Amino acid sequence: MAPGIATNGPGSSPGAAIRDAILAGVIALGIFGPLVGLKTEQNMQNELIITTRWGTVAIIVAIVIFGRFLLTTTIWPAIARRKASDAGPSRTSVAVKAGIARWFPPVGLVFLFVYPAIVVGLLGFQGSLKWVDNFGIQILIYVMLGWGLNIVVGLAGLLDLGYVAFYAVGAYAYALLATHFGLSFWILLPLAGILAALWGIMLGFPVLRLRGDYLAIVTLAFGEIIRLVLINFRELTNGSAGISSIPKITFFGLYSFDISAPNYVAKVFDLPMSSAYYKIFLYYLILLLALLTAFVTIRLRKLPVGRAWEALREDEIACRSLGINTTNTKLTAFALGAMFGGFAGSFFAARQGFVSPESFTFMESAVIVAIVVLGGMGSMIGVALAAVAMIGGTEILRELDFLKAVFGEGFDPDQYRMLFFGLAMVLVMIWKPRGFVSAREPTVFLTERKSISGSLVKEGHG
Amino acid sequence: MTMTVELDVVVEQPRRWALDPVLSVEHVSMRFGGLVAVNDLSFQAGRGDITALIGPNGAGKTTVFNCITGFYKPTQGMLNLRHASGDTFLLERMPDHKISAKARVARTFQNIRLFSGMTILENLLVAQHNPLMLASGMTILGVLGLPGYKRAEKEAIEKAKFWLEKTGLTARADDPAGDLPYGAQRRLEIARAMCTEPQLLCLDEPAAGLNPRESAELNTLLLDIRAMGQTSLLLIEHDMSVVMEISDHVVVLEYGVKISDGTPDEVRNDPRVIAAYLGVDDDEVAEVEEVLDDISEETAR
Repeated sequence: MAPGIATNGPGSSPGAAIRDAILAGVIALGIFGPLVGLKTEQNMQNELIITTRWGTVAIIVAIVIFGRFLLTTTIWPAIARRKASDAGPSRTSVAVKAGIARWFPPVGLVFLFVYPAIVVGLLGFQGSLKWVDNFGIQILIYVMLGWGLNIVVGLAGLLDLGYVAFYAVGAYAYALLATHFGLSFWILLPLAGILAALWGIMLGFPVLRLRGDYLAIVTLAFGEIIRLVLINFRELTNGSAGISSIPKITFFGLYSFDISAPNYVAKVFDLPMSSAYYKIFLYYLILLLALLTAFVTIRLRKLPVGRAWEALREDEIACRSLGINTTNTKLTAFALGAMFGGFAGSFFAARQGFVSPESFTFMESAVIVAIVVLGGMGSMIGVALAAVAMIGGTEILRELDFLKAVFGEGFDPDQYRMLFFGLAMVLVMIWKPRGFVSAREPTVFLTERKSISGSLVKEGHG
Repeated sequence: MTMTVELDVVVEQPRRWALDPVLSVEHVSMRFGGLVAVNDLSFQAGRGDITALIGPNGAGKTTVFNCITGFYKPTQGMLNLRHASGDTFLLERMPDHKISAKARVARTFQNIRLFSGMTILENLLVAQHNPLMLASGMTILGVLGLPGYKRAEKEAIEKAKFWLEKTGLTARADDPAGDLPYGAQRRLEIARAMCTEPQLLCLDEPAAGLNPRESAELNTLLLDIRAMGQTSLLLIEHDMSVVMEISDHVVVLEYGVKISDGTPDEVRNDPRVIAAYLGVDDDEVAEVEEVLDDISEETAR
């Protein structure tokens, strides 16, 4: 039915559109009437009774009728018209796209640096907490993880489904060494990175002979093994109970964010007490860590090792015929990706003040892989946007309290987030099958830098 | 018994390519389970020569290539590569990437293997991975942005430009390799292999799928490479116009066994080669078999 209407285009009359919309409404009523309108509940006498929700059904049906009308009268004709006139991308749209590509990174960067100031200015210190912490820090952690995994999956084309293992290694390295030996974050940050990189190499050696699906399965298993070791090695890790009271990060030992400490920032600078300072400090810290990841990745792409990663993704056999040691090249990708995961992990432990194996489930790996795939493999900007969409999207769902007015008090939009995720992923994969940013930027050029269409770039095969 | 006499002549006067071989293949066999793909093959490729390896489909030519470039390990035999400087390498003992990096054997593939999502220039820079990797201080100095690497990269781009010029791809240097037409992809693959500065370049059917004009251009390119004097060529080819026109030495395989070895003219007139390629009439089969029996008796002795 839909394609028929779409091809009829603007020629179809408003009467037909209304008839079509009403028909859609009747179908919606038929489907949602029993499904949504009738609900069985147990009453006090433990009897099953039917309650009705006709109001909700009416809203759904109205949305369907109105949406269908809008589609047939405006949206489909507009798409059809554009398709008809669209011989190629118009010059203005190309210019706009080039402008966005040129200006988005610097503008985005400036925005990231002033973001806490804007939020504090608008909402005050106390009000800013949620926005800096839940949105800012949380998203930036995933941006960093996405960029780290991007080296392995996006550049080298090795599908790693156990990336969270390195995140866990970093987190536990900080948690254990800080609580047992009282070492500072600034010593443990590089140490956590190195430990994670070592684990990356240890994982790498046995599995790099595998390709494609087999590699993915083994990395997945590795992620699970690390988590199970963390649960069962109780003497060291305290099992599922986790490690708590992990010390906070200090400002290079000069200022502390611990209220009881003598050099607490608010005391030193004579400010009112607030936990917002620590959050803002953490925000800038993770921002700088993420930018370090981006900087190193961008640099590496232009170095022989980065080109070798991408060449490996394109064709491993050709790489070997050109004298590239593919084992070493893969190991460096694994180690570097793992190192950034370790950095992010130690930051995570310091921020939460508590780590437990619960935080390092396969779900986390899946979310990070989803961020990289959704963003467009190999694209820094794409991955950052995907992290904002996926993690920011989850957080936004917590904010949609007004939906309770529609769906009743018991409605918790957060519980539907996986549903929304799935839907959003399906839609994005239909419209943008190679992710948000699919084009590849060449690392070097002779006369003119031309983006390479995503259809030519391979995804790698293990 | 005329054949015997000829064979004796061959043994007494070593051929030109045996004087200074860049590659000596000695008694190489390759078995896949029960299948014998290459059986006791010996031949030599002279330095500065274009040596062609020909034979009907399934004769084991690509298997020989894969043994030379390390993608297969031969079941038996020795592959000896000698540089102009006198360094020798036993290829059957080296992993594939070392054969390219250390022994300096480069190759192209029958089904083109370019980095299709990378630009043509990038393809040529990937080929110079090892020297660039050294210049970037195994990446560490490069990340810090030290000038030594910048200089090395500039030189690498210059070398890439030279080969782009040679293969007529300069105008398309910034386009993705996957966008090139077929003939240009073949040339790019040769340019990429040449960027590794090989002592021996192995070309697996470089003229496959080329039209006559492209084929002629390819001949010029290969003769050019030979004229530069650094690189010897070994090629598998079905296109006899290429083989007969440019090669100095032809080795013919059939069912994994060498059936002829000599200059293009000798090979062209060899009855065994004609039999292998064209087939023979029924009454001639016996004759050819007789000849073959004579040869095997001779070699057994």
